[in-house]
Amino acid sequence: MPKSAATSVDFAAAPVNATLSKEDKLGLLRSMVRIRRFELQAAKIYNAGKMGGFLHLYNGQESVAVGATSLMGDNDHVITAYRNHGHALAVGMSMNECMAELYGKATGCSKGKGGSMHFFAPDKNYWGGHGIVAGQTPLGLGLAFGLKYKGLTGAAMCFLGDGAVNQGCFYESLNMAALFGLPVIYIIENNKYSMGTSLERSSVVDKCLAQRAEAFKIDWAQADGEDVYEVRAVTQKAIDRAHKESKPTVIEFDTYRYYGHSVADAKHKGGYRKEEEIEKYKKEHDPIQLFKSHLIAEKILSEEQFEAIDAEEKAGAAAASEFAEESPAPTEAAIFEDVYFEVDRQTEAGRTGRHFFNN
Amino acid sequence: MPLIEYREALNQAFAEEIERDPNVVLIGEEVAQYDGAYKVTRGLWKKYGDKRVVDTPISEAAFIGMGVGASMLGLRPVMELMFWSFATVAYDQIINNAGQIRYMSGGLINCPIVIRGPANGGTNVGATHSHTPENWLAAIPGLKVVSAANAYDAKGLMKTAIRDNDPVMFMENTLLYGEKYEVPEGEYLIPLGVADIKREGTDVTLVSHGRAVLTALKAAEILAAEHDISCEVVDLRSIRPLDEETVLASVRKTHRAVLVDENKPFCGVSAQISSMIMEQAFDDLDAPVGRVCSLDAPAIYSPAVEPFQLPTPDRIIRKVKEIC
Ligand SMILES: Cc1ncc(C[n+]2csc(CCOP(=O)(O)OP(=O)(O)O)c2C)c(N)n1
Ligand SMILES: [Mg+2]
Repeated sequence: MPKSAATSVDFAAAPVNATLSKEDKLGLLRSMVRIRRFELQAAKIYNAGKMGGFLHLYNGQESVAVGATSLMGDNDHVITAYRNHGHALAVGMSMNECMAELYGKATGCSKGKGGSMHFFAPDKNYWGGHGIVAGQTPLGLGLAFGLKYKGLTGAAMCFLGDGAVNQGCFYESLNMAALFGLPVIYIIENNKYSMGTSLERSSVVDKCLAQRAEAFKIDWAQADGEDVYEVRAVTQKAIDRAHKESKPTVIEFDTYRYYGHSVADAKHKGGYRKEEEIEKYKKEHDPIQLFKSHLIAEKILSEEQFEAIDAEEKAGAAAASEFAEESPAPTEAAIFEDVYFEVDRQTEAGRTGRHFFNN
Repeated sequence: MPLIEYREALNQAFAEEIERDPNVVLIGEEVAQYDGAYKVTRGLWKKYGDKRVVDTPISEAAFIGMGVGASMLGLRPVMELMFWSFATVAYDQIINNAGQIRYMSGGLINCPIVIRGPANGGTNVGATHSHTPENWLAAIPGLKVVSAANAYDAKGLMKTAIRDNDPVMFMENTLLYGEKYEVPEGEYLIPLGVADIKREGTDVTLVSHGRAVLTALKAAEILAAEHDISCEVVDLRSIRPLDEETVLASVRKTHRAVLVDENKPFCGVSAQISSMIMEQAFDDLDAPVGRVCSLDAPAIYSPAVEPFQLPTPDRIIRKVKEIC
């Protein structure tokens, strides 16, 4: 079980946290609040029928994405699954472009083509947003391969769920990561459920999921994901290993999602998990509340300042919705844009032979 | 006759076949305790228990392969893919194992498996979740491919698929699961390889499968009411084996054909039908065969645009009027 705030205080003293300025710390808090507010707004518009498809909320897990991505240097990269709003905002994508993507508008980060599960920002070393469970795990390996090939000192952080660990491609990737000495960091966000299936019903667990890395002689760690300091301290070790030794790591963070698998998952409360369980996590393990308490204890935040940050981010999310509402939808012609590079650019290759077969 | 939902019709087929044959077992992600992601298997785990309705981890390659292996030993696994789009993860098992084992063993080994799940666009779930792989699969000799447009067909075809001794790929549709249709109370089977004329007509034949049949029927209604054009709508129901005779007989009667297909056009199911009509009914045609497919690009997410990527009654009407 996750620890209480009192026992995880130590991580504030970890070198990677001790060097943080007051502004840095408030930035971490703001980033988590932004994700929370963005997603509460997203849930609202989903329920109002303003977006389509699925909406997988990250509420309760914010500290993992924020903590890990806050350590990124110029050559560190991130890739994740479909529960990706948190990672996207944490690397600095704007609420406007993300919200507009939910609305399916041309101003969205993927021009309305990807939707909630598929946010991308390669300019921020953020490679998505992937809908096929564990499909991103070999891509994370590939980012690490690319880094090593180019002679860059960097790491590829690849997030996956506790359900995703049972896909074969993950183990094929672990083997190759160890075999080739690749700087990839697999970060398992163990929120205890994959859709309606509890961890116990999907996985054989000895100590934890990350321990499976031992089979490949890969270093691993298990830690609390609720404390952003702890996430940073543990992830930094893996980044050091990637940067200095070009070696992979598997990290498992204990975390929890407050909402159902997707907003359409009505059965989560009182179905496959007890309402008291959800309430307990919200009350005792909320990453934002925990970090807020840390910062108040450190005397760098007041209750009023917190309220102000929260109000600003809430307003930002509402403004993003307005921006999205007012934005144009993609044109029908846009359906055929972004399929082929060569056709988009009308290069000679793009002008040679037939590429599309509508009659 | 009672009106029941498409998902309920499938559910009845599973229940009846589970009761009839101890070798029938339902396997997939969330099919048991969660009642299925789309509630197609609702109540079956409660009623039949862990042995007959089995939840799996998210391991498509392993559990589909497990179904193939178990079928070799005489089980009749009915495997759910939460989306047919996830078949890509299990492709080797489906194509190389289910598809080739009988042939390569010189007929010594059979593979009486059903792999089923929704295969459709139109729900804004993005390109990776919106594939319609019936054409990919029908391209593999050894596999059978079925696609049901309404609850009645879904039940009759599913029961036949489960009893069939070859691997049957069964295409459903999330947009059809809630659609109601008359389904008789007693047992019935619909053979694979028999198309169904969903509407009789004289001027043009619309050939279709799955939800596109409903789109074709809507277009046919409008064409009759507003343009005085009488469409015959042929629902293939089974793509491989294919009921060539019903399609050809209709074309010989109407002398025109428009093929309506949620596949992308390149080597879509309609491409095969088109070639067949050209080869076997060329002299009966008064116009080139027309096709209305999904627009040829990955599925766009935007809810404002995606509806136009699939065949619409409008596009069918335009195509029909081009050749009538
Ligand atoms: C290959 C594949 N199989 C199944 C699914 C459907 N699906 C989407 S998310 C999910 C559960 C994944 O759970 P987990 O990895 O724990 O991540 P979480 O949702 O908890 O973030 C399933 C079964 C999918 N998208 N892709
Ligand atoms: Mg999970």
